Amino acid sequence: MKHPPCSIAELEAPAATGPEQPETSGAPAVPLTLSRRGFMKSAGAIGASMAAGLPQLAAAQAAREATTTVPKHTDVTLRVNGETTQLSLDTRTTLLDALRENMGLTGSKKGCDHGQCGACTVLVDGRRVNSCLTLALSVAGSEITTIEGLAKGDDLSPVQEAFAEHDGFQCGYCTPGQICSATALIDEAKSGELSQVSWRSANLQRPQITDDEIRERMSGNICRCGAYPNIVAAVRTALGKGVPS
Amino acid sequence: MIPFDYERADSTQSAVKSIGTRGAKFLGGGTNLIDLMKLNVERPSTLIDVTRLELTRIETSTSGGLLIGALVRNSDLANHPQVVANFPLLSQALLSGASPQLRNMATTGGNLLQRTRCYYFTDTAFPACNKRIPGSGCAAILGFNRIHAILGQSDEGPRSPHSCIATNPSDMNVALAALDATVHVESVSGKRNIPLSKFHRLPGTTPNLDTNLKPDELITAIELPPSPFAKNSWYLKVRDRQSYAFALVSVAAGLEMDGSTIKSACLALGGVAHKPWRSPEAEKALAGARPTRESFLHAADLALSGAKGYAGNAFKIQLAKQSIVRAFTLAARGTTAGAEA
Repeated sequence: MKHPPCSIAELEAPAATGPEQPETSGAPAVPLTLSRRGFMKSAGAIGASMAAGLPQLAAAQAAREATTTVPKHTDVTLRVNGETTQLSLDTRTTLLDALRENMGLTGSKKGCDHGQCGACTVLVDGRRVNSCLTLALSVAGSEITTIEGLAKGDDLSPVQEAFAEHDGFQCGYCTPGQICSATALIDEAKSGELSQVSWRSANLQRPQITDDEIRERMSGNICRCGAYPNIVAAVRTALGKGVPS
Repeated sequence: MIPFDYERADSTQSAVKSIGTRGAKFLGGGTNLIDLMKLNVERPSTLIDVTRLELTRIETSTSGGLLIGALVRNSDLANHPQVVANFPLLSQALLSGASPQLRNMATTGGNLLQRTRCYYFTDTAFPACNKRIPGSGCAAILGFNRIHAILGQSDEGPRSPHSCIATNPSDMNVALAALDATVHVESVSGKRNIPLSKFHRLPGTTPNLDTNLKPDELITAIELPPSPFAKNSWYLKVRDRQSYAFALVSVAAGLEMDGSTIKSACLALGGVAHKPWRSPEAEKALAGARPTRESFLHAADLALSGAKGYAGNAFKIQLAKQSIVRAFTLAARGTTAGAEA
């Protein structure tokens, strides 16, 4: 599998020195070249094997799950960031999970997993959607663009540049969703789409995108750090570059 | 989420044929269904994905109104030039709902079937919910009921198998109720049209049923008759934050003016009942009246005359009255005059 560019948090730690340890039976092998993601996966596996050691709980859970949880897999071809990938997926897999867990595209983030926070926002056929509420199978045949697909090589997109220029984030977790959302916002503004603020402010002919409009049109993306003033400034700047006056 | 079979329908005929599978459901935008499946509230055995069907057109109907395909996305519908010009209530209502991302996903047909946001319905840890488990009671009556009904509810006490004080959360449905929409549906046994007023149900003795749509029927379109309210209408939504929240109370208000007299009016409320709450009494009182604060207050009193509140939502009775006055006041100013200053 092709690895996408990593974010800072996912950068691999330097390789450990010393001889490689032989794999011991029973405990999952933890690779000596640790990545944060790899560590979390190994730790999860250890947790699961400990849980399996509790016979009553495990038996009850197995009995309950056997009746309702026989996963059904389907082959699917997805087009993501211009590349075609063939996957065999559990029918329940959301687009967000397919991107993160099956394709290694971990830029799109899982916040609430219920369509309430916008951290998972990606573009499907150019339109912003919540990938956590989109079944992966339902977007076979669509063009999907994620945060990893916005830059051209080392050249950031105008929205990415604007977020960097205005410091439009603090912890950065919501940022990929904010940037995908803002990218779509600019296209929507170009085509004259309305918002409820357009109606309230009687701004109906190709509405001028005021700060009030930006706030409304970005309302599907929550920032828990509260970087909103800088996000609005970034979107304002990107709009200035992207929308012909 | 329990495992399910997934099929993509390639025609309306094949879709309605497949829905015969026991426990099957149609998948539209998925914004509500997938969410409820993650919560184990919805547990379909099969999903029939209808999103690629050719039900995406908006066209002038034979009566001169509008025929809206069931798969038109909410954002496309809100921005369609004919909707903006002739059915502004619908555009305003749609743009008041959810977020840009969700409006890009949500379909017209799916929005009609949006389920209640009652906390006791969406959380399976609560044992009492007549909508989720018929006969189990209603935890909302003595619980947190800020977002619950004040009109048309079934309340025979928290233990009754009939009680339900849930509300319909949709904004679109409120505008469609005010605009006298008709729902077109199809099944293997044929086609039929259901007036919107008869599409959604009050809880009555069967709160598990939200609508009169049969389990094997597919919504294919919504039809709007020509509307006399385009020049003077307003959709007012009042909620706990300015955007991206469900209504505590919403009002779809329209006036057909004849000089300085109201010729006819439409009024529907959201967030207050198990279905969009149309008020024929208020509409009747406004016909022939002057568009004054007194007229609107009188209409508001009539619309809320049977209201009953609970510990967490009694404030909504007064809030609804004032929202009705405000919505009609803005409608009288003109749909394109805005709501500022």
